[in-house]
Amino acid sequence: MSDHSFLSAWREQSLGRRLFLRVSAASAASVTLVAAGCSTSTPEPTAVDPYQLTLPAGDPGLLYYAYFLALTQAALYQKVTDTPPADLTAAERVIFADLRDHEVIYRETIKYVIDPTGATVLLPTDFAINLTSFTLTTRAGVLAAAQLLEDLTAAAYPTILPLFTSANIPQRTLLLKISSVQARHAATVRDLLTPGSFASSDVVENTGALAGQLRTKTPTEVMTAFAPYFAPYVITVANLAVPV
Amino acid sequence: MNFFQLIDQLAEVDPDVLDRFDSRRAVFNSLGTLARRSALAATPLFMGALFQKAYAGTASVSTDVLNYALTLELLEADFYRQFIASTLIPGGAPAAAIAKIKQHEDAHVTLLTSTIRTLGVTPVAGTSTTGVRFKALPAGATYANYLAVAQVLEDTGVRAYKGRAAELIGAPNDLLTIALQIHSVEARHAAQIRTMRGQLPWINNNDDLKTDPAYLNGVRNATGTSLTLGGATFAIPAYDATKPSPLESNVLQGATAAAAAVNTATALGTPYTADDAAAAFDEYLQAAEVVDASRAGGLLA
Repeated sequence: MSDHSFLSAWREQSLGRRLFLRVSAASAASVTLVAAGCSTSTPEPTAVDPYQLTLPAGDPGLLYYAYFLALTQAALYQKVTDTPPADLTAAERVIFADLRDHEVIYRETIKYVIDPTGATVLLPTDFAINLTSFTLTTRAGVLAAAQLLEDLTAAAYPTILPLFTSANIPQRTLLLKISSVQARHAATVRDLLTPGSFASSDVVENTGALAGQLRTKTPTEVMTAFAPYFAPYVITVANLAVPV
Repeated sequence: MNFFQLIDQLAEVDPDVLDRFDSRRAVFNSLGTLARRSALAATPLFMGALFQKAYAGTASVSTDVLNYALTLELLEADFYRQFIASTLIPGGAPAAAIAKIKQHEDAHVTLLTSTIRTLGVTPVAGTSTTGVRFKALPAGATYANYLAVAQVLEDTGVRAYKGRAAELIGAPNDLLTIALQIHSVEARHAAQIRTMRGQLPWINNNDDLKTDPAYLNGVRNATGTSLTLGGATFAIPAYDATKPSPLESNVLQGATAAAAAVNTATALGTPYTADDAAAAFDEYLQAAEVVDASRAGGLLA
């Protein structure tokens, strides 16, 4: 339990970057920058909580964030395809099989990008996605669960893609390629649950200066919504660059 | 405030920082969005000037990208106007879906037009009879014909936004985020149109339109590096034949400085069909490919 190679693996490699990004993306950014120009600062010690997984700062943290989104969705769709509700139609089962395949491919591709050699264990051995808050025995329950996760994920991507640094353009490009397919997933499951709702006003701004734009969510908002699926683990995104 | 000490300190934790300063956009981006937006007034003059310079350096690139995006949005909006005017759309759900999509395309036109104007540049324009507009479908076109065009337009739009997103990195006014938000909405439209056509919502090898140029790469005609359309002229990157856009059937993903691409169909531990692996990713198109006569360029009146 306390042996988290997930934590130690990134802590070693990204300490320097974490310091840099904490400086550059803190809420009073320029004031902090000025202060950083005057004196050196040292990283604060990390609190030790066996159930807390703190995503690394900088670009690796963004990849881990996307990894956890894919991990959760893949778990949901694996469960649905293993034991589909009786009232899920044949055509819908085809859709869910594709959703499962896509999310597993995302999970494994992002994992590959984080750790190409496969040398690192990314998760504590007892980490498992917790789906107990969903009703997965009915078509309506499955579609509601899928819509919730897909809308959150689709809303997550436009927020994090601009945060990648110029050192990691291929990583951003990979997630960019995924982001629009996540949007396709979201529109699809929405339309199955509520026909015509593929881009309703709760997900796409309907009026005003921002009409026609996706409503986005910050990592904090998304991970708060995802919290039940990680329990008893808690994923902390406090080190990620702060989106506007 | 000792700027050089700051640079030294950044170099200590980020060895690439001096390289970054070769690209104003890059250093700008690496310093974080918030630093740009909320704290400029509080920064010492020198830092402020550095940021201002970064703004100036990207403005022209940004408006070129935005005018390109606006061209596509005008094309889509006028296409849906003609689709609705054809009275071919069945009432109920299909009519409601097309009306919703048209409403979004109109909103994208409004947003991009005002943004370009705010940046001091002339936006491309179009009406039903002038400027950027959709070339009418032949007489006798059916509902199915229109829907097929809608699918190609939406899927092309998704690829087009992807292709130029990188040029908006570090651009002012969060233009990249705005473009990505529109890109995501275009993908929702594409999924809906595909569902209405009885296709899977994602681009896949069983698509009836899979041989349309929208899903391939390359150009029919060599294009220049600027376009004059709808009362405006804007630059586009020349077609780079040495780096063709990926086909939508591409299964090689995840190449980075640290590792080669992985074959997502065979090398991820759990073998998938190449169709599944390709459908999981939407690929980009170069601007010159999008405006080529074989794609959106061929749909302009």
